[in-house]
Amino acid sequence: MEFHALHDAPFIFPNDAHPVWSIMIVLYPYITGMVAGAFVVSTMYHVFHREALRPVARLAVVTSLCLGACATLPLLLHLHQPLRALNVVVTPSPTSAMAGFGFIYSFYMLVLLIDVWLIFRPAIVERAGTATGAWRGVYRALALGVVEITPRAAEIDRRLVYALSMIGIPAACVLHGYVGFLFGAIKANPWWSTSMMPVIFLTSAIVSGIAVLMLLYLFLCQRSDMEPDAECVRSLSRLLWMFLLLAVVFEAIDILHVAYEREEEWHVIRALLSTQLRFSYLTLQIVIGSILPLLLLPLPAFSGRLGAGFRHSIAGVCAVLVLVQVAAMRWNVVVGGQLFSKSFRGFVEYPVDWFGREGLLAAAVVLAMPMVLLWGAMQLLPVWPPSLESESGAKT
Amino acid sequence: MSLFELPILPTLGAAAAGGCASGGCSSGGCGTGGCGSAQAERTSENSRREFLKTATTLTLGAMSLTLLPGVTAGDDMLPLPPPGGDGHAPAAKPMYGFLIDTTKCIGAGKCLTACRVENSVPEGQSRTWVERYVHYKDGRVEVDLVPETGYAGSGEVQPAAEDVLRAYFVPKLCNQCVDAPCNQVCPVHASIKSPEGIELVDTERCIGCGYCVQACPYGIRFMNHDTGVADKCNWCYHRVMRNEQPACVEACPTGARVFGRIDDPDSEISRRLATVPTNVLKQHLGTLPLTRYVGLTDEVT
Ligand code: SF4
Ligand code: SF4
Repeated sequence: MEFHALHDAPFIFPNDAHPVWSIMIVLYPYITGMVAGAFVVSTMYHVFHREALRPVARLAVVTSLCLGACATLPLLLHLHQPLRALNVVVTPSPTSAMAGFGFIYSFYMLVLLIDVWLIFRPAIVERAGTATGAWRGVYRALALGVVEITPRAAEIDRRLVYALSMIGIPAACVLHGYVGFLFGAIKANPWWSTSMMPVIFLTSAIVSGIAVLMLLYLFLCQRSDMEPDAECVRSLSRLLWMFLLLAVVFEAIDILHVAYEREEEWHVIRALLSTQLRFSYLTLQIVIGSILPLLLLPLPAFSGRLGAGFRHSIAGVCAVLVLVQVAAMRWNVVVGGQLFSKSFRGFVEYPVDWFGREGLLAAAVVLAMPMVLLWGAMQLLPVWPPSLESESGAKT
Repeated sequence: MSLFELPILPTLGAAAAGGCASGGCSSGGCGTGGCGSAQAERTSENSRREFLKTATTLTLGAMSLTLLPGVTAGDDMLPLPPPGGDGHAPAAKPMYGFLIDTTKCIGAGKCLTACRVENSVPEGQSRTWVERYVHYKDGRVEVDLVPETGYAGSGEVQPAAEDVLRAYFVPKLCNQCVDAPCNQVCPVHASIKSPEGIELVDTERCIGCGYCVQACPYGIRFMNHDTGVADKCNWCYHRVMRNEQPACVEACPTGARVFGRIDDPDSEISRRLATVPTNVLKQHLGTLPLTRYVGLTDEVT
């Protein structure tokens, strides 16, 4: 499988001329990754008792839920027959890697929904008693008729949240590792076909989840004139640095392994990286998205001397860079894998569409949707932790 | 000399005419040309073994498939051949194969037009196409499509005859993989194997996810612009069920496309398979294609 395009005249198979998977399929793992990553951050507090993350623990589950609610949107926009989408759960094929998504996603969302409800139950119950007018009805409905919380009930809730978070960790890992498997198991495509794909997807998912939370936290603090909790930002920075390092190492192992073995697929991958993906892979994903934040993150993560404002600014910049890295990685995998023909003799153009169902505008709307939902959720639920004094023994 | 009148790979052409194991000699490097009968016998033995293996795999495969609900042909599928024997038990399903003889293809493109008409294939998409390989004396290899494939730019290269070492045409169509990745990945049983082992798309079930298009290593599948569901060559299943030849086979003026029952030792395809060495595309992927080629070179992907 020599990639001939570099020295012979290019030739692509007729049906390869138009990539089948659009930017929506780039967004699908991007959003799903953040869902899993944000949830992992919340479990750091709820399961592993990382106290420093308390300020973002609630925000993390709510963000995960809002992102999760929009995770299927890009898929629906992509399907040529969206009205038949439910076939995936009604008549799933056991041999298909894709058929499992409906079940894994539904299970995860169910766990997450119950988790969120239990975490916010005290607040919901309290507001069901104090709110007036229509809001009162809303909170009573959200409380599912249970309008009282005894200390014993609070303790049971706490244990349930712990247990659900424990279930949620593997579920979130499966959810995103599985998305990686969708690509990694396609032997027809040498750029996708690697057993490392699930691991790479999973670590980059956690990275994107931490980054989106960091960004949200800093942004929300600034908007409401709150001083970000220094320990929280430090802890998030450390986590981000650690998981980014892991993600970069896994990605590097994979590519170096292929490069060193110089088997057939390397000819295709080398041609791809040195031409079509030169900017989005080498510049965006590696230099700007990986090396730069890896060098900068130790400042907010480990330095004790720098001023808080400076450290938080660097943390915010790194979060943006990391989100660019993960977006570039998804793009490079999904679109990059379709930029060469299976003839291995030529490259394919990816036409960027602006206004279509799968265009950039629709993509921007899809990306904005979880943030709109989050805004709505924040009107409804207190995402900041209750002050220590008002806590009634329940650690939520 | 016009575009498609370039000399066909001389060694292959001459050897095929003489009945020698052409592809084997040219690619295997025996080079003597005098190995005729012994090699033919070995080949014949190998082919028989291959055939028996394929036959067993197919039979077991078909049997196991019928056990899986949803994988077998649904009610909406084309009628199957009438039951044989006592009229109750269905007859053993026929098994089909496809042989492409690249040494015979002249790039006429009649097959492509016939397929487009027969299967209402939208312009700009293809169930089958014909590639032209031009090997230059300086070592370059150029590949393009014969114009009938229907693409702007196809067949535009005008090689100077004196620069050309050899040239040949390679028709492409569904390989009807026994272990078909397209079938494996379809999440909703819309990619199905007919009882005869032919890979079909159930257009009523397809959700248009495009996963099968990604999974086919040969670029055969496409999302049909007109119907919004996956589409592919199905060896003209509807014609085959009427005991007709696929449209492309019928249209080919040189017999470069041979279709028939591989469970019938007297069929033309069985006889050819038993006497001529054949290869499959991308063998290393283990898809076990039923479409076999005579005279495949390393350049063909
Ligand atoms: S050639 Fe492609 S479409 Fe045909 S059976 Fe094999 S994988 Fe499926
Ligand atoms: S496009 Fe249709 S046939 Fe192909 S995998 Fe998706 S549902 Fe199956």
